Amino acid sequence: MITIPYITALTTYFSYGLLFAFGQLRDFFRKIFDWWSKSSLQGYAPICLGLEDFYVRRLYLRIQDCFNRPISSSPDAWFDLVERISNDNNKTLKRTTKVKRCLNLGSYNYLGFAAADEYCTPRAIETLKNFAPSSCSTRVDGGTTTLHVELEKCVANFLGKEAAIVFGMGYATNSAILPVLMGKGRLIISDSLNHNSIVNGARGSGATIRVFQHNTPSHLEKVLREQIAEGQPRTHRPWKKIMVVVEGIYSMEGELCQLPEIVAICKKYKAYVYLDEAHSIGAVGKTGRGVCELLGVDTADVDIMMGTFTKSFGSCGGYIAGSKELIQYLKYTCPAHLYATSISPPAAEQIISSIKVVNGEDGSSRGAQKLAKIRENSNFFRSELQKMGFEVLGDNDSPVMPIMLYNPAKIPAFSRECLKRNVAVVTVAFPATPLLLARARICISAAHSREDLLKALEVISEVGDMVGIKYFPAEPEKQQLEGDRVKLE
Amino acid sequence: MDTVLSSFETAVKFVTDWVALAFDTPYARSVVFGVPIKGHLLVEGLLLVVILFLMTQKSYKPPKRPLTKKEVDELCDEWVPEPLIPSITEEMKYEPPVLESAAGPHAVVNGIDVVNFTSANYLGLLGHDKLQESCTKALQKYGVGSCGPRGFYGTIDVHLDCEARIAKFLGTSDSILYSYGLSTMFSIIPAFCKKGDVVVVDEGVHWGIQNGLHLSRSTIIYFKHNDMKSLQSILENVTHENKRAKKVRRYIVVEAVYQNSGQIAPLDEIIKLKEQYRFRVILDESNSIGVLGSSGRGLTEHCKIPVEKIDIVSAAMGHALATEGGFCTGSARVIDHQRLSSSGYVFSASLPPYLASAAITAIDVLEENPNLITKLGENIASLHKGLSGVQGLEIVSDPKSPIIFLKLKNSTGFSKGDLQVLEDLADHLLEEHGVFVATSKRSILDKCKLPAGIRLYLSAGHTKTDLDKACEAFKQAAALILASQ
Repeated sequence: MITIPYITALTTYFSYGLLFAFGQLRDFFRKIFDWWSKSSLQGYAPICLGLEDFYVRRLYLRIQDCFNRPISSSPDAWFDLVERISNDNNKTLKRTTKVKRCLNLGSYNYLGFAAADEYCTPRAIETLKNFAPSSCSTRVDGGTTTLHVELEKCVANFLGKEAAIVFGMGYATNSAILPVLMGKGRLIISDSLNHNSIVNGARGSGATIRVFQHNTPSHLEKVLREQIAEGQPRTHRPWKKIMVVVEGIYSMEGELCQLPEIVAICKKYKAYVYLDEAHSIGAVGKTGRGVCELLGVDTADVDIMMGTFTKSFGSCGGYIAGSKELIQYLKYTCPAHLYATSISPPAAEQIISSIKVVNGEDGSSRGAQKLAKIRENSNFFRSELQKMGFEVLGDNDSPVMPIMLYNPAKIPAFSRECLKRNVAVVTVAFPATPLLLARARICISAAHSREDLLKALEVISEVGDMVGIKYFPAEPEKQQLEGDRVKLE
Repeated sequence: MDTVLSSFETAVKFVTDWVALAFDTPYARSVVFGVPIKGHLLVEGLLLVVILFLMTQKSYKPPKRPLTKKEVDELCDEWVPEPLIPSITEEMKYEPPVLESAAGPHAVVNGIDVVNFTSANYLGLLGHDKLQESCTKALQKYGVGSCGPRGFYGTIDVHLDCEARIAKFLGTSDSILYSYGLSTMFSIIPAFCKKGDVVVVDEGVHWGIQNGLHLSRSTIIYFKHNDMKSLQSILENVTHENKRAKKVRRYIVVEAVYQNSGQIAPLDEIIKLKEQYRFRVILDESNSIGVLGSSGRGLTEHCKIPVEKIDIVSAAMGHALATEGGFCTGSARVIDHQRLSSSGYVFSASLPPYLASAAITAIDVLEENPNLITKLGENIASLHKGLSGVQGLEIVSDPKSPIIFLKLKNSTGFSKGDLQVLEDLADHLLEEHGVFVATSKRSILDKCKLPAGIRLYLSAGHTKTDLDKACEAFKQAAALILASQ
């Protein structure tokens, strides 16, 4: 749980209050001007209602240069950031031809497969020649090639499951699978901080949705007991089935799922487990098999394993792995299998070859090195940040580390100042996080060298002092020296 | 015991005496303003006291007895969930044919070269040299994936170029890229249609739209497939009955060429109705971009309607443009709104850059070679003519549609049976004649009720011999399989 300091909470509320007040004032004047120059669209309700885009107009636009920054190279450890200028107070941004070489602390390039790779890229290009960039057909019609069959086998083997099914987009995997498995009279118990794709999938399914406190197995147990005892609302019939949906690594918190406890509870209460490993597959675990491997959970206990290829494998798409029957059923019913264009062949090849690298089947030890590197990098970076006094969320081993900013003014300040020093960071604010809990998020990659990380730490520390986000006292230097000395001895 | 009884008796006696006395009191027969009161005043007074007394008391509630821990434990032990999935039947084990080559106009299935009618590669751009070249360059420069959503360094310059190229091609002010064709519609609709809004939609729309409508929680009214009279009567009802209708947003959602039937929406009539009743139009041009209109700008060009009249145009790029992903185009306001409120855009990793660069090249190729559209048009006309006389089958699709949709003339009465017959036909065509066609398989989640059929996706890459072969094969196969029906 995040405990926000009292004074910070107060100043944050004050800042938002001020922004809101000024926004309202500006809206008031805008209304007068609008009345002056009445729009021609008579008889139509406005496409965005006044308050719906208030946040965008009055808060987001002021700092929109911190988001959607275009790049003109692959999102590797360093990338070329295209500079943008605005001539109308940030309302619109124009691309310039100037680029800036920046250290990338934002992309989900956990294993460093984002850039052209000596093993994967030639194979992807070869596949492009043989299978073209797309099939223009769905999987059930004419979109299944030998490559797709190979990919599904490869993914199932990698995860230690009987079978797997792949889709061309991670988001659609969640939002199209949940409606197939769940429906009226079924219950989905979802972690309160689950990704939007899960939320949309659960909503689309028509099942009842209950939420348990983020990553709290005891609360999950409470909800499960309550729900099984109560049954469906109004009719009190017993639930037909219950599914618990959790993520491996929560992308906004950097926390690892408390999977062993959750799996034990689900087993006890006969609920099915749906694990979304979007950020954890490939990134954690000794051989890159995700949180199950890291936390010592048998994959047989997880009924549905979902994940994406966008992050660690540097490709696109998502998968579901499970029992042979489950996959057969999904192939028969899932709309994303029946109606969506099959995954692009070069992207499929990228997944196959990057899994081969991770497994060491390419004949080198690059995969193992990458996995060791990301773990080392993440733990080093996290401990250094904590030593400096930043409030860093998340667990050890997780490559995602949010740094709390809180005040809205600190969001653009932190982002712009870092960028000035050639470090590109991601800042996240409402609506992706609660209003008070704005943060910067750092994603560490195996592609970062030690020098890169040291540079990043130096810049973040300097900017952190300037912006005032070191909420904890820094660890005294002396201790650090002692630590070094001990190591030396 | 005796004392209790006797005291009870005395009490009863006292009360009866007292009542008799009360009725005998002079007041009881008193007359107030000429109305004899006859003693009931006292009874009423007593009633009032009783009522007041009862009102001060707490209302009756059954005592709450929450389940004990043991009882909950028992309930949890007793509860038996249904299996995660229903038991697998034979038909669920269906495995589609596996291609051993790219899905061009000709493909290799089981080692045999077949004519492929399952790929919506309308312009034959799949494997086009220029597209291949731009993809290769992009793969070398950017790698495969973008490793992030658009907001967080997943915006690559080709994405912006592609958006600008699409907008320029269609003559709109801006456009927005989605990373998957299917998710385009189910992200756009919830971004604009909210609870309380009215959406009038064709009953034949594909699942992506159905899902978007479901997620939007708007009031959804279906009109008969491609039936303008039905649409008009619904619009009339919605606007007349509902006084509030003017204050809520109203949308008509249609597809340009329906995936589920191959019919073309009469856009000119829809525009008339839209303007009359003041609705906004969301148009899915997935199967018409690059196909309809003299320069391939889709249904708007085909019907000679300025594109500004359509509020929101969307399309998947996995069809004529021979790449993947989707886009939405329209006014700057419509597009900007999506950049923050469309879930499939905000929360998903962006389109792999090589696919965006393929889309740019595809539009370039299309603009340079309008003859591709003419060739496709000729192919459509030729196959449409060739298949119109096939025994037992009926063409449902529009003569201009790049999807030729054939349904059974004599339906078995239930769609599963129809589909089985059609699948047998399709299997026979593939195995015996080397003609690869697809049936309209539907998910159990799909609410579309249109009849099942066989779909043929035409391509400008099909040659005359391919089409003749297909027609001949259809005639023979239908005679063999449908005759026994």
